[in-house]
Amino acid sequence: MNQLNQIAKELLTSQKVKLVIGYGEGTDGRVRPVFVRKSEDASQLIWDDRCRQNLAVYLNKTEIREIGFPIAIVSLPATVRSIVQLIAEHQFQVEDVIPIVQEGANVTTIENKERLEQYAAANPVVFPPFVVEEIENIRNKSVEERFEYWQEELSRCFKCYACRAACPLCYCERCITDVNTPQWVCVPPHAIGTFEWHMNRAMHLAGRCVECGSCTIACPVGIPIGLLTMEATRIAREELGYEPGIKCDVPAALATFRPDDKESFIL
Amino acid sequence: MTYYTISHNNLLEFLKSIRAQGKKLIAPQQREQKIFFMETDDVSSIVFDYIQTSISPKDILFPRVEPLITYELTADALQVNDRAEQLPSISTVLFGARPCDAVALTMLEKFFAEEPGDPFVEKRAKQLTVISVSCSKADSYCFCTSVGVSPGDTRGSDILLTPCENNEYYVEVLTEKGNDLVQKSQNLFNKSEKKEKEKYLANVSSDIPAEEISKRLENAFNNPLWNEASLRCIGCGTCAYVCPLCSCFDIEDEGTQKCGTRLRCWDSCGFALFTMHTSGHNPRRTQSERWRQRVLHKFSYLPQRVQVFGCVGCGRCSRACPVDMNLKEQLQLIKEAL
Amino acid sequence: MSSGNVYKPYVMQIAKVIDEAPGVKTFRLQFTSERDREQFNFKAGQFGEYSVFGEGESTFCIASPPTRKGYIECTFRQTGRVTTALAQKEEGDVIGFRGPYGNIFPIEEWKGKNLLFIAGGIALPPMRCVIWNALDLRDWFKDITVIYGARSVADLVYKYELEEWYQRSDMKLVTTVDPGGETPDWKGRIGFVPTIVEQVSPSSLNTIAIVCGPPVMIKFTFPVLEKLGFQPTNIYTTLENRMKCGVGKCGRCNVGPVYVCKDGPVFTYEQLQRLPAEY
Repeated sequence: MNQLNQIAKELLTSQKVKLVIGYGEGTDGRVRPVFVRKSEDASQLIWDDRCRQNLAVYLNKTEIREIGFPIAIVSLPATVRSIVQLIAEHQFQVEDVIPIVQEGANVTTIENKERLEQYAAANPVVFPPFVVEEIENIRNKSVEERFEYWQEELSRCFKCYACRAACPLCYCERCITDVNTPQWVCVPPHAIGTFEWHMNRAMHLAGRCVECGSCTIACPVGIPIGLLTMEATRIAREELGYEPGIKCDVPAALATFRPDDKESFIL
Repeated sequence: MTYYTISHNNLLEFLKSIRAQGKKLIAPQQREQKIFFMETDDVSSIVFDYIQTSISPKDILFPRVEPLITYELTADALQVNDRAEQLPSISTVLFGARPCDAVALTMLEKFFAEEPGDPFVEKRAKQLTVISVSCSKADSYCFCTSVGVSPGDTRGSDILLTPCENNEYYVEVLTEKGNDLVQKSQNLFNKSEKKEKEKYLANVSSDIPAEEISKRLENAFNNPLWNEASLRCIGCGTCAYVCPLCSCFDIEDEGTQKCGTRLRCWDSCGFALFTMHTSGHNPRRTQSERWRQRVLHKFSYLPQRVQVFGCVGCGRCSRACPVDMNLKEQLQLIKEAL
Repeated sequence: MSSGNVYKPYVMQIAKVIDEAPGVKTFRLQFTSERDREQFNFKAGQFGEYSVFGEGESTFCIASPPTRKGYIECTFRQTGRVTTALAQKEEGDVIGFRGPYGNIFPIEEWKGKNLLFIAGGIALPPMRCVIWNALDLRDWFKDITVIYGARSVADLVYKYELEEWYQRSDMKLVTTVDPGGETPDWKGRIGFVPTIVEQVSPSSLNTIAIVCGPPVMIKFTFPVLEKLGFQPTNIYTTLENRMKCGVGKCGRCNVGPVYVCKDGPVFTYEQLQRLPAEY
């Protein structure tokens, strides 16, 4: 993308940023995250339909942060929402990140809070048809059938934590699964172990998950794991009125109680 | 060694008869666009046309969760039960392993047999018969020939099938276990001369000089290349878990102090807390140090210790990696940097 | 060929609990099985995996010398899940023990030499094993010197044995506490261990140095020893690393081409210099 390369080059030459995170050509037609620090390398950046992973996950990585804010980052709508949510959760400030976004046929940067929130609200995540279908499928199942479905899917899970590693909102330095006093979530990937982990994750992401699907993309055994966290966020949206990733100052969904909370989903 | 040919249909009959003998049959099955080794009763569900499965068959020898002991505190004493003694004897046949997988399984067996030997892997290996299928296709992730393995490698297999023309397979029966299995269904096989199978095998170019890289890695510990190389690594356990050779594990207790199980489960040196001391000191604090450990362990430390690479070039780690780390490419980068 | 389940622990009964220092205890353990007790033996330097069933396993050295039969001792500081559960155990309770694992101090090779033991804080336990082993075979060695320091008087472990060692005429004991850690009636030295080593070390001629302590102490002690003329091949230490299986299979303690649990934990300084600094 010419506009993209141009913008990236500018940002680096002017030394506005020391790093542009984007997508580059990978193996055999795949795309991979690239970290451009020299303006002459800006031509590595690409942007097409293959670019689906949420790069915001790198904004929490120590080695990346050590390069120094502000960081420019090629952003899908979901990436922008992750960035807004991370700002709301005090992981960094608005001025620390410069999202590079698509607006119609143009590629442009976002450099202030207003535009950021505007863009996030105006560009919701659009699910691909097969995801919409799968959600419908599961919604049409009875509770027992849904449990069977997840038992079958999670039987392949071996707790590689790729879902956690790929998620921009799983940034805890010590994940709940890594705490042993007390042992909140058991370690092994047996049936109970995988359920405990995924239930926990869905609850921790309720009202925070921006539905980018990176966890599903990352899963090496093909579990549509994003559907769980997406469902948790849907419930938070419909029952608690929380839309993650559109406002930079908003209290956490599950850490806030309002007297007018619906609670209709609580048995 | 004895040689046969067998038609595809007879092969299916052979697998049916294995099931009929009461043996457990594990073969490639499709789930959600990926291929997995799974236990099956239905040979018609076995998949043949693919390059590699998503995860390795190592969990036949080294399951992802394995109870080691159980314990119970009674009025008199604490009773500790040995789960190795209680391992059921189930004759198992793995069908459809690739030659790289079969080689990996023997290496895994050897590693666990090192003093003091691991009884779980030993028992499981005794009960396992491996029927491998040579590779007639490879993709750009494969690099078995660079690490001393080949698409028609016979090591580790009890029976090796090589797909030939006319929907037939050339059969090499390599061990007694393999022979026992074939003898029970002899009528399905046609005796054959030894064949030149090279022409049926995939062409996997060996352009990664692993020996040379291994030598250069001996001085690579402090080289800055690890930082750049590992920037996109997100520190999950995917590469270790899909790898047929990675065998790091954790030991955990489940239950109460009165009654419970001590078990082991897969772990990965790529996880942030793998080497963390209780004091908070972590010898491998950053992802680049952990990435370096992975590469050095497989291509430098293991060769120094036991004169083998910790890698059979199956390519699974690279195919599964969410961020396309691509081990083969990393090795090429290392060669250039050093 | 496996000779049984290497992950199955011995069941040990706690015969004695000694409070050594704040948060630090010693257990004297006896095998509940007569046969295990008779068959068990180990050498100085080896360690074990001690467990509270239901909580997990923890790695400590065997702190009693192999020359004392019928029991083993371990000393630990309450730090995490397993050590906290252990600290709550009482005399008569049972725990698990797997071992002995690891390599050994090659004391046979030290015959006819002087021995200099240097330990800091909670690292005296692994030293204690080999010190008593040497004292129990006293005429194998020439002069034996022990330099032991801790952050404060309260943090010194095996206080009762230190008394005994002071009284012995066949060894020299120098104790020290960090500046500020002394009490009004403290009669030992005041100063960090590496400093005291430089002051009171015997000659490096025909002497083996065995050092164990927290990483920062070791870091500053090695150069002092080298300055005093000790060859890296004559300086021994025992490493600590996060461990789980203890038998070289789980991969956690892999450093360079070695497994600390199998090829160590005893290493010479010369061997350490050849390893990547990942411990």
